[in-house]
Amino acid sequence: MSEHQNTPGTGTARFPDDVVARLEPDAKEIIARYPRARSALLPLLHLVQADEGHVSAAGMAFCADQLDLTLAEVNAVATFYTMYRRGPGGDYQVGVCTNTLCAVMGGDEIYSSLKEHLELENGGTTEDGKVTLEHVECNAACDFAPVVMVNWEFFDNQNPETARNLVDDLRLGKDVAPTRGAESVCTWKQASRVLAGFDDGRGGEGVQAAGPSLAGLKLARERGWRSPPSPSTNPQTTPSAQSPSDPNDLPTRPSEEEGGAQ
Amino acid sequence: MTTLTPILSENWDRADSYTLEGYRATGGYQALRKALDTEPDALVDLVKQAGLRGRGGAGFPTGMKWGFLPADNPKPRYLVVNADESEPGTCKDVPLMLANPHVLLEGIAIAAYAIRSHQAFIYVRGEVLHVVRRLRQAVAEAYEAGIFGNDVLGSGFDLEVVVHAGAGAYICGEETALLDSLEGYRGQPRLKPPFPAVAGLYASPTVVNNVESIASVPGIVANGAEWFTAMGTEKSAGFGFFSLSGHVANPGQYEAPLGITLRELLDMAGGMRPGHELKFWTPGGSSTPIFTDEHLDTPLDFESVGQAGSMLGTRALQLFDETTCVVRAVGRWIAFYAHESCGKCTPCREGNFWMVQVLDRLERGEGTEADIDKLLDICDNLLGRSFCALGDGAASPVMSSIKYFRQEYVDHYEKGGCPFDHTRSTLWGDRATTTGGNQ
Repeated sequence: MSEHQNTPGTGTARFPDDVVARLEPDAKEIIARYPRARSALLPLLHLVQADEGHVSAAGMAFCADQLDLTLAEVNAVATFYTMYRRGPGGDYQVGVCTNTLCAVMGGDEIYSSLKEHLELENGGTTEDGKVTLEHVECNAACDFAPVVMVNWEFFDNQNPETARNLVDDLRLGKDVAPTRGAESVCTWKQASRVLAGFDDGRGGEGVQAAGPSLAGLKLARERGWRSPPSPSTNPQTTPSAQSPSDPNDLPTRPSEEEGGAQ
Repeated sequence: MTTLTPILSENWDRADSYTLEGYRATGGYQALRKALDTEPDALVDLVKQAGLRGRGGAGFPTGMKWGFLPADNPKPRYLVVNADESEPGTCKDVPLMLANPHVLLEGIAIAAYAIRSHQAFIYVRGEVLHVVRRLRQAVAEAYEAGIFGNDVLGSGFDLEVVVHAGAGAYICGEETALLDSLEGYRGQPRLKPPFPAVAGLYASPTVVNNVESIASVPGIVANGAEWFTAMGTEKSAGFGFFSLSGHVANPGQYEAPLGITLRELLDMAGGMRPGHELKFWTPGGSSTPIFTDEHLDTPLDFESVGQAGSMLGTRALQLFDETTCVVRAVGRWIAFYAHESCGKCTPCREGNFWMVQVLDRLERGEGTEADIDKLLDICDNLLGRSFCALGDGAASPVMSSIKYFRQEYVDHYEKGGCPFDHTRSTLWGDRATTTGGNQ
């Protein structure tokens, strides 16, 4: 089923020596993080994807050489995980969530609008090489539905119009800012390098939290709701309405563990 | 009345909440100092006494998991944090790691010390780039501050922590599949026993805990078990995130004691979107059988939700109103399970594949009565017949939706099509048609 293939009769595809020389120090650094070398395989695949934009036969051969594995062993892993592209794609991977909740909230409409706007089918790339369109599964931002991901950065609460503007801006080379993420979207290759475990220094960019993430906290602040006070600062606990058996609601007696903690 | 208890989210409205400085300014890492002056076994007992249960869905007691590590095994011990948040509807760990990664790291340091592990891994799903950045930045800060590395805060305890990004596979949220993935293999679940406590990562004793479980530990250490059990119910102690999404006026994260009800949460979240009514909802993600408005007063704790026929899961409350077609919703979930089945077990791999075909034709109005029976028959062959819970999870929405909404399945083939206008369900469905539509 794999789209990775060795060219028949020509042996295994390989990176040129200069590419190997460039990637090898990074590969060694990745391998050194783990007690056992093979654990480095997923980040190594992210690393070769960062170099080529996808995981090629040569990229897999590089990983196999670094870890003393067979190409078949690497291929079996590379084809299991959906984040590894099996062929060239765009600088920006635009993923529209069409799992149930986002689909119902408008993800289906966004996705069909983008397919029509870009004249692409699932997995297709625009002719200018900028945008690859796909539908993705739940990306853990359901309270911001419908969600669109660009190179795995969050674009929350989208609709067909904002999504069309988003891909237009990406194709025009404008700086595009995720809702919760870095100040601008990086390229697919740059993102893959971060996933391989090489920092781009952008962890401090963007908001700490936004909108729905703060909904409960905001309400609690307005209404003066707090967690029970710590016994060390205030012996009185707030009885919980949901505690049918709450015999110890005056925890002034230090527990054995707390005693041990002193 | 139950009120919210912001604990892990308490500092999220500080702009610097994700930095070491910001975390320390709100009392961060004081629990670690206290823990390092405590005997490790006493910390395990403390977490047992608090009754903390796994926040990743299964609800297994965290302290017991720690206590299962065999004392006589000479191999290194590993702590693995499951940050592969992928269950449809579940969206709590990602905002937690974005806004407050250090509470997780403090929990890791305490947990590793408690189980006598010197190597921890955070397995984070790869599809959340900025979370990976934030985690790596926080880990780097922690190393620099002497919180990780050799001689943690001068205690003589050594701890290495590695952030490991996955590559897109829901199944890796299953703890043994996660371990295979972390070892560099395809993420396929292992047969248990042996459990990870005996033979986990590299066949060594391993604890795998969810992000929120580990992040809950510093509060327990700082404030004691009784502080924790003052929240929640007797058997479902403490607090957790309740993640409201869908057709609710104010979706988002609501941190509350376990045992709160959806009626209370909905009241806090401003109710359903104006002019609409609750039709069905998931209490804990797509793998938990759906509920209806009959269950508004079911306490959201492990026992009560179980008794009502579902599971508390990850407290991922996806709310759907009367505009939503249940056949479409379930069909999309099953397409997800079919896509994410690792292929190891035949009932899951084949059952989900065929359920997608049957649900698609039902949704198109081309099904028959026999298709409903066929779905139930497939579920009967799925439930309990695969290595891991993915197969069981797929049966949940199908069986529960037929239980509560059988007539809606019938309506589809009797009317020759889906009786719902899907555009009415969208975020902009109630607004003037200025944003959606064709160009």
